Formats: sequence, structure tokens, C-alpha cells
Amino acid sequence: MSHKKKNRNVAVIGVGQTKHSSHREDVNQPEMVHEAVRAALDDAGLTMDAIDCVVHGNMELFEMIHQPDLWHELGTGAYGKSAFRLTTGGTTGTTLFCAADILVASGMYDVVMAIGFEKLQEGNTTAGITNMADPLWARNLQTGALTGTCAYDVIQEFGEERAKRASMMYRVIMDKHAGLNPNAHRQFGLEFDQIEHLMESSAKLVGELRIIHMCSQSDGACAVILASEKKAKKLSKKPVWVRDHITVHREETFNHLGYDNRYPLDKTHKVAARELFQRNGIKKPLEYFDVFEMYDPSSWWGLDWIRDFFMLEGDEHFKLVENKEIMIGGKMPINPSGGVIATNPIGATALIRPAEAVLQIRGDAGPHQIPTPVKHGLASGFGGTMWTVLIMLEKELGW
Amino acid sequence: MGKRVAICAMAQIKNEPDIWYKRFQGMLLECLEPILEKTGVTFDKEKGIRDVVTCSDDVFDARTISDSGMTDVVGANYRGEEKVAQDGLNALGYAMACILSGHDDLVLFMGHCKESQSESKKMCTNLAYDPFYLRPLGLDFLSANALQARAYMGKSHVTDAHLADVVVRSRKNAARNPYARDNKMVATKEVMSSSYLADPIRELHCSPITDWAVGMLLCCEERAHEFTDRPVWITGFGNCMDRYFVGDRDLASNFSLEKAAARAYKMAGIKNPKTEIDLFELNDACAYQLPMIAEGVGLAQKRQGGKWIESGGPDKQNVNLSGGMLNGNPIMLGGVARAVEGYLQLRGEAGERQVKGARRALAHGTTGGAGQHQTVLILEN
Repeated sequence: MSHKKKNRNVAVIGVGQTKHSSHREDVNQPEMVHEAVRAALDDAGLTMDAIDCVVHGNMELFEMIHQPDLWHELGTGAYGKSAFRLTTGGTTGTTLFCAADILVASGMYDVVMAIGFEKLQEGNTTAGITNMADPLWARNLQTGALTGTCAYDVIQEFGEERAKRASMMYRVIMDKHAGLNPNAHRQFGLEFDQIEHLMESSAKLVGELRIIHMCSQSDGACAVILASEKKAKKLSKKPVWVRDHITVHREETFNHLGYDNRYPLDKTHKVAARELFQRNGIKKPLEYFDVFEMYDPSSWWGLDWIRDFFMLEGDEHFKLVENKEIMIGGKMPINPSGGVIATNPIGATALIRPAEAVLQIRGDAGPHQIPTPVKHGLASGFGGTMWTVLIMLEKELGW
Repeated sequence: MGKRVAICAMAQIKNEPDIWYKRFQGMLLECLEPILEKTGVTFDKEKGIRDVVTCSDDVFDARTISDSGMTDVVGANYRGEEKVAQDGLNALGYAMACILSGHDDLVLFMGHCKESQSESKKMCTNLAYDPFYLRPLGLDFLSANALQARAYMGKSHVTDAHLADVVVRSRKNAARNPYARDNKMVATKEVMSSSYLADPIRELHCSPITDWAVGMLLCCEERAHEFTDRPVWITGFGNCMDRYFVGDRDLASNFSLEKAAARAYKMAGIKNPKTEIDLFELNDACAYQLPMIAEGVGLAQKRQGGKWIESGGPDKQNVNLSGGMLNGNPIMLGGVARAVEGYLQLRGEAGERQVKGARRALAHGTTGGAGQHQTVLILEN
């Protein structure tokens, strides 16, 4: 089989984030990165001496810095260390996490720090993402990340009234979570009784995708320290184990030019969940996991993807949202951190997902901690042309 | 670790000054198809390629997420694809980790870079410097290299005439490499009268604008025989980051290269690189870097770079028989081009350049200005 059990177990032993906001004018990029690195080292009770290798990533054209890991050496602590730079668009953060896991599991390094950052204020995010589309075939069609097709599809399937209400319910729940997370960027203080009003009053971006549904543009950084089993047991009181992960990309132009209804293309979320859960023997993911940190770029996508990730049928995902089962304290808490709609420094966003899931498993999330025991965590990344990375985290070894 | 990773197949296109007639995707497809043909490898999710590691760069491609347009031609539709945005030798190191970790049996590596497409290499690499202090000064990889060249050449007694020898030799060697960029032969005098780009670096001292793409199939030890009967093994890898501000560094010191080399030697069990390695491919983006890197990897004695060139060190020790980076490879792939030569030599497929009985090769790559980040890979047959 192409995928085997890891060469050796790997655990997360430290996580750190900056406070995320729209403007971090008080710091430059390496200074901002340094805040997250310092926080992760403090969390792990380590100094840079313990780190063998640094893995760094973001997207160059957002800030127009070529290979910024070279400059960021000032803040990452990479001086004299082994150092890699990986980038895969929105999924970058999860790619960094998976790469750190792989580098440790390989036996080449014992302790690896993954660092994701973005300072979106220093560039034009929409222009940056639009620049991703093929210059000949698609660039004049695309507006970076703003797509109303998901809203259209969900409305077609579930009817306008129910769909619009559920996606706004999802949005308000995310804001309530963000309000509990001191690092979250946008905390509006939305209430459930505003749902009807927001459904009509929030400005439309594309079709029924309204500005309130959409993720933010943030400045921020996140750092996560991973270590081998031997090191983790020595260095950490609460290691959180990386069980498995999967990356699923999808080709871009078939979707623009070759879509054929007779051969529907699976969403990468669905493929990632199916393959990852199958090889790990997870039959009922909704029962198995205790927390899910999802990369949800808008509340339409967030709502829709619950069904794909948990392999649900019909309107089960709608019911989870409508019955507030995705809230902290519900059956399947999703994004207790407030998720991506609240906080989106893109190169860090997908790394914040496993970092937040780790805090929940450790019981160290503070005001947004899930009150019941969290043993099994799921974290996802989204990016590129609908790419997915899915990560499984465990409190205990021996799965 | 105790396990090795095999390179089972490699395919490349010719290095050219301006592949205006083909897009990145076409360049990569020309590398993918021969690999599939030669090895019979498939994209079956159980037994074939499940994950792909690529190397490219958003600034050089002028495209956010430069790997997103490549998903089909690298075979990553509904599969994993991860882009290493450094010298591609690091991508080979990462692909090695993917296999050693148990996460993958097979990894396809695909790299592309089209220097001709950007306005200028100077403009792109100027963007690597921070917008506050160094970028406004106009620092780019070339001018940072020039500062290093001055610092290094003085200490190691490397002269303008030595650099001319390095350039002349590079072109001669490249003429025997059918995939090298076609450059005209130059005489020592011509190099020494070539115009200065950034003193002491002359135009002919620099790797010229080049487009290239390359692919490799990497595999775990247990399954290598399924795809080739002559695997080349990656047995050592190391990289290292130096300081960012050129003023914070001893530019003549080889700090990060010595560490990267020591890491690779340790992994490969090499004690004396000079005698235990049969050929060296060094990423000389500028002529002065050849003796400097030779010192850094322990091939030339420290501070004896000038003497090493004079005494014929490069020929005696089989250095850059491919022509080197100096003859022309694109910036992201200089190190991979070095590994390609190592691979061909160790398989006995290097034609006129073949080193008889070569058992072990070193490939080196650089990321950043004045060698800020250095990478060393060891290959064996």
C-alpha cells in the first residue's frame, strides 16, 4: 500500500499565535513572526536551542517579498538551523504542519517548528488571489476567492429561505465563538435575533454571498512545534499526537472548461475525508471526533462542507447548524476559535486550525475551551483550486 | 535511519535561453511522460504515485500559487502536491523525508523555472530584500554576491584571472553536455575584458538567463527494483540558514555551507569528503563561488581557493563536469541540475563527461543572496 504507518510517532509540543488584526502597523514582518515563535517556545517551555529545523511558508505575491524566509530569519530563529520553505496557497499552513510531521517522522530531525504568517494589510489580497488564475484562460473571469456558486448550489438544493437562514446561523455562531477567543480578529457581537435582518441588509458580493458571510483579511502569524515520540515525552507534559493527514489537490482548468454533468467531479473535501477515514478505520466521523477546526472561507462553504467532511447525507449538516450542535457545548463543536471568517492571515490561517485543535485537546483553549473532554481532533486546510488538507490529532497514543 | 531513498528515473528538457514557444505546463509534461514510459509507474492510489513534490516560485512565475497551474501536468489531480519554494535540492530533501517517514512509497518530483519570462533577475531578487532598509538600496542577489566576492577573493587570493579560468572551463565542460545551455566558447582574455555588472563580478562571471524543467521519480528502498535496475541512492542531506543582513555576517566565512555539508556527511557516514566522494557538482551562480564552495564542502583547503584553481583542483577532483550553474540553469533549479549530473554519472550515462567507476557524488544548491541558505545532497550508486 502506498501509505504505511509512520516510521515513528510525532507529537505537537508547543503552539503560539499572535493577536490577529486588520492592521499590525506596530511591527514589521519578522517582528510579527517573532511574536508567534516566542509564544510557541514559551508554550513548550523551550528555547531555540531545542529546535533542529524551521519550516516557513506564506504566499509571496500578497506582500511582494520573494522568499521571505530569508528576511524572516530575524524573527524565525532559523539562523544556523536547517530550514525549509513550502507554500501551497491557502493550504500552506496545513502543508507546513504536515511537512513538519513528515520531517520528524523521517528521523532526519527530532524537533521541527512550522511557521505560517501573512500581513495582508501590506498588499492587495483580492488582486493577489486573482493573480493565481491562468493568465490566458481564466484571469479575466476570476475575482480572487469570491465565489457565489456555493450559495447558489445550496439554495437550489434546500430552498432560498432555509439556506439563507442556515448560512447566517452558521455566521452568527462563528462570531459568538470568535467573541470568546482573545486572538480572533473580528468580533462583532452578533446575536441570533439579527439573522433575518442580516440576510437582507448585508451588502451582496456575488449573488447571495454577502460581505458578512466572507472571511476577513488579517495580519498575523502562527507557530507550531512538533517532536518525535521520545523527545515529546521528555519535553512535554501534554503532547498531542499527529495520527495521520492527507492532501488532495484538484486540477483547475477541467473545472472551467471541461465540466460534464454526466461525470460529476467529487469535491476534494469528500475525497480527503473518505480516504483518510477509511485508512484509519473511522466509520462514523461525527461520533468519533470531539472538535473540528475547519478552514471555512465563507459561511456558505462552512455550512456546505460539514456534509462532505463528516460524510453526511441529505440535510443532516443543516440540522447540526440549525440546532446549534456546532456550537461550543454542542454535539460537534466546529471552530471554537471563530474560524477563518473571523481570522484570516492566509499563510497562517491553515496552521491555526491544527494549533487550535491542539489547544482544545490539551484543555488549554481558555475562554473558548469546549467543556467536555476532547480526545480526537480534526483540522482542515483549504486553498488553491479547491484543494483540501485534512489532519487527525489524538490525545492518546495507541489508536 | 538505516534506510535509503532511490532516484529511479529522471527526465529533463534542454536548458535554453528563452523557451518562448512553450508554457510551463508543456515543459513539465515533456519531463513527466518519459518518466512514466521508462518506469511504468502509475497514479494508482494504492501502488502508484500518491504525492508529488514540486519546485517553482511565485515571483519568477508572476503567479500566486505557482503550483496551481501545474496540478494536471504533474499528475496531482485528486492527489497530494506540495511546493518547495527554495532551491529545488531542498525539494529532493523533503521528498526523501516523505519516503523515510513512511508517508509515501513513491514521490514524483517536478521542478520548473523560466527566468526569461520575468522583467529581470535583478528585479525579482531585489524583492527578496526587505522594503525598509535593503530593497531601497537596490540590493539584489547579484550585488549581494559582489560584496561577498570582494570579501572572499581577498582572503583566499582569488584573482580576476582565476575567475576567467573558471568561466572558460565551465563552457568547455558544458559543450560535452547535450542538455546544457548552448553558449559560445570564450577565451580568457574575453572574460577578463567582459563588462562589470557589480564589481568584481563581470557579465561572463554570471549564470545567464535560462529556462528549464526537470522531473524525478523517488522511491523507497524496498520497491526501487520495480522501476529500475540501476537506482541512484540519496544517502545524505543537509541544509542551513545564515543571517539575513549582509553586515551581520562574515561574508567570506561559508558558515551555512559548512554546517549543511557537515549534516549531509554525517547522514551519509562520510568522514573525508575529498577522498570519499568521486565527483562534486557545485552551484556556482557566479564564478567566484566555485572556489568558495569548494572550500565550504571541504574539497579545497580553507583560504586556498586561488591556489586550488591554479593547481587544477577542479579537473583533478571532477568538479562541475556538467558545466555547472555558471553555464546556465534557472535560479530555483541550480541545485537540482547538480543532482541530475550526479545521477547521470552514477548510472554511467554521462557520455563524454563520464567519470569511470564513480560511486559517490555531491550536489550543492544555494538559496538567497551571497549564499544565505545552503543545501548539500549526497548520491551513491
